[in-house]
Amino acid sequence: MTTDPAKTEPAVGAGAQQTAPQKVRFYQTGTHTVGNRLLDDAQRTVQASMDRSNAITSGHRACQGCGEALGARYALDAAMMATEGQLIAVNATGCLEVFTTPYPETSWQIPWLHSLFGNAPAVATGVAAALRVKGRDNVRVVAQGGDGGTVDIGFGCLSGMFERNDDVLYICYDNEAYMNTGVQRSSATPPAARTATTPALGDEPGNVFGTGKNLPLIAMAHNIPYVATASVADLHDLERKVTKAMGIHGARYIHIMVPCPLGWGAASNDTMKLARLAVQSGIFPLFEAEHGEVKAVQKIRRKVPVADYLKPQKRFAHLFKGEGDVARLAAIQRMADANIKRFGLLDGEDR
Amino acid sequence: MSGKLPFAITLDPGTSLANHTGSWRTERPIYIDRLPPCNNACPAGEDIQGWLFHAESGDYAEAWQSLVANNPLPAVMGRVCYHPCEGVCNRGHLDEAVSIHGVERFLGDYAIKNKLVPRVEAKPTGKKVLVVGAGPSGLSAAYHLTRAGHKVTIREAGPMAGGMMRFGIPKYRLPREILDAEIERILGLGVELELNTKVEDIEGAFTEEGFDAVFVAVGAHLAKRIDIPAHSAGKILDAVSVLRDMEVGGEPPQLGRRVIVYGGGNTAMDVARTAKRLGANEAMIVYRRTREQMPAHEFEAREAEEEGVLIHWLRTIKEIDETTFKVEKMTIDADGRPVPTGEFETLEADTLVLALGQDVDTGFLTKVPGVNVASDGIVEVDDQMMTGRKGLFAGGDMVPAERTVTVAIGHGKHAARNIDAFLKGERYVHPEPHELADFSKINTWYYDDAPQRVQGQLDIVRRQTSFDEVLKGFNEETALFEARRCLSCGNCFECDNCYGICPDNAVIKLGPGNRFRFNYDYCKGCGMCATECPCGAIKMVPEEV
Repeated sequence: MTTDPAKTEPAVGAGAQQTAPQKVRFYQTGTHTVGNRLLDDAQRTVQASMDRSNAITSGHRACQGCGEALGARYALDAAMMATEGQLIAVNATGCLEVFTTPYPETSWQIPWLHSLFGNAPAVATGVAAALRVKGRDNVRVVAQGGDGGTVDIGFGCLSGMFERNDDVLYICYDNEAYMNTGVQRSSATPPAARTATTPALGDEPGNVFGTGKNLPLIAMAHNIPYVATASVADLHDLERKVTKAMGIHGARYIHIMVPCPLGWGAASNDTMKLARLAVQSGIFPLFEAEHGEVKAVQKIRRKVPVADYLKPQKRFAHLFKGEGDVARLAAIQRMADANIKRFGLLDGEDR
Repeated sequence: MSGKLPFAITLDPGTSLANHTGSWRTERPIYIDRLPPCNNACPAGEDIQGWLFHAESGDYAEAWQSLVANNPLPAVMGRVCYHPCEGVCNRGHLDEAVSIHGVERFLGDYAIKNKLVPRVEAKPTGKKVLVVGAGPSGLSAAYHLTRAGHKVTIREAGPMAGGMMRFGIPKYRLPREILDAEIERILGLGVELELNTKVEDIEGAFTEEGFDAVFVAVGAHLAKRIDIPAHSAGKILDAVSVLRDMEVGGEPPQLGRRVIVYGGGNTAMDVARTAKRLGANEAMIVYRRTREQMPAHEFEAREAEEEGVLIHWLRTIKEIDETTFKVEKMTIDADGRPVPTGEFETLEADTLVLALGQDVDTGFLTKVPGVNVASDGIVEVDDQMMTGRKGLFAGGDMVPAERTVTVAIGHGKHAARNIDAFLKGERYVHPEPHELADFSKINTWYYDDAPQRVQGQLDIVRRQTSFDEVLKGFNEETALFEARRCLSCGNCFECDNCYGICPDNAVIKLGPGNRFRFNYDYCKGCGMCATECPCGAIKMVPEEV
């Protein structure tokens, strides 16, 4: 998700509620970790459960440390739990589809369909309509895709699904480029990022500043019942949002940031760390909106400069060459600062 | 694949399990237990992280059992130990160290209140061991030897057990009912205690009484003296006797209205604070070096000053004339040594108490063939704590080491292990220590800041007039809070992080108490589990090719 504040103004409503101030959370009771031996079952994540569905099981061909494999399992296991297993998933073309279903194998352990790159929202709408006709109201529909399939190729279908308020939760796993085909730029690629189509060459290496689109804000502009952003680095928050979305009917959208070690040029063990730094720097704000209004945000717990987030990624290496690209680093920092201000991401700051 | 399904359109669920992605791996994660810094620093060899693990869940009885596996005197230790563990606690890098001693004291008191008894599983071996001295070392050795199935007799020259815990540490730091309760519990395991029994003939204990091994831990009770020119000496006492008289004398020692204590160690502080409590208007300490150089712990000096003790830094006593003390100002030279300045002052006092350290009375050992005693009375022992006489072991303040209760308790445990091995005709070999879980192994993201809970203190008036305990203990709520501040450095606490964050579902959760297992058929070796393990209990190792 690009977050260039100059391009879009969010529909931020007055009187939106803040999240409660964070209490001391020990690892044993109320935790930042996945689960915990001393926690009530109700407080543990779905991922901590020995009975989680494992919607995507082992043997899939995602790269080492794949954030998308993780994000999809997190979201769908939570959705499965919320719907008591009565779930159908529709998938756009993309990494997720390719690495989970190389013929003749599939990693999916839930009903799952794939049609084309750009039509996942339309197919999901069809599935939901069919279920309604058959009177199977208890079966719910999730559609999902990467940023390419969502923000670019499937955008028309998705906007249609939103405006008709079809009963589908659409989840976008955003790794900020077309990774499956070799890391080409998408309209979710952040400024300055090097991709195969935005090489780190010339006066302004990497992706151009001032381009791209912010799909969560566009989704909000459709006034649909629920829009949220989430991160694989905040599992409790992610699961809560998916569970909440499954409790609502109509069109819903969740945008999950999923680092891609291959496309970002990062170490495979740093996936969680990068997702966390994106949130803690303010570059990827976590918020929830209902009917076009931001209702809650996840506060930044340990603020870091954007350089901390950018530096471990080779796609931004050109920003740190020699003396460093001070001007463009400052521009990215301004984007983060604008998010912090706009969404009130720091404690004691209102939106 | 099901034959009825259309070709290339429908696939059976979960068929990717046929694809063993473990073959991609160049490094594999393994679960390990690293050594937490607290355990590494504990002179008594406690598994602190281990007992905090139980305390965190509120299972105080199990926490206490885990604690007394290494230390039989937790209620004492939680009060008097100078807790080197807290100085190295990784939590100190985050906010403040865990109040380990506070939780230890809580568990110790909990056990006394609930009359808990240590588990003893060993069968009687029929071997007899004599322990000489009922101080912390001797009691600890007797305890561990008893738990190993040996029959132990302690002989103590004094009228009461406890050694320096009783005769060196004042009541206001260690209430006697606490000490008595913990000693009683050790004796309750079947240890025989003979008081007022000075052992003179060690050889005879082996040859005539049939002991299979002897452990000597008589401590250091002889006060060091110093020569001060005196025209007409006033009352001069030594710290050890003053503190001893507090315990065994019918009347408390008569120290007068004004008292000077000479020395800068913890004992000097203890005596000055005792004098204050006995009604001295002026309790002064004279010490020849600076505050930074004093051997006493800072908190001891601070608490003494709070109670009205006046400390004269950089002073030596040159002359005494009845109640007039001529003291010389000192200065510190480039090498950090105190040197005289030639400037003098006078102080007035009724009593001088010397607190200049203690020596060991090892006369009775010089008669034993093979035993080497150095000129300062320190007994030479080998790496098994055995002296030159086969079967004769020594520990505590009488062998070269730091002189604290904690070190002594540790000595007792080590001696017991060595003696146990000796009695089996073996040699005790300490297991290779695990690698250290230093702060770099901790993923701090997963821990919130939570400042240490503070122990309450007795009000100052009662501190100056009574021997009631100064430092208050934690209640259950604060003890639990403190226990839960533990980061569990280097040891899995089943937070489910590895299980939850593996993109390949290659971590198998084995259920409560059983931790996890890697499924190497599918683990691609991304290393995320190791990086995101909060406490550093996963390590990546190169795959063998």
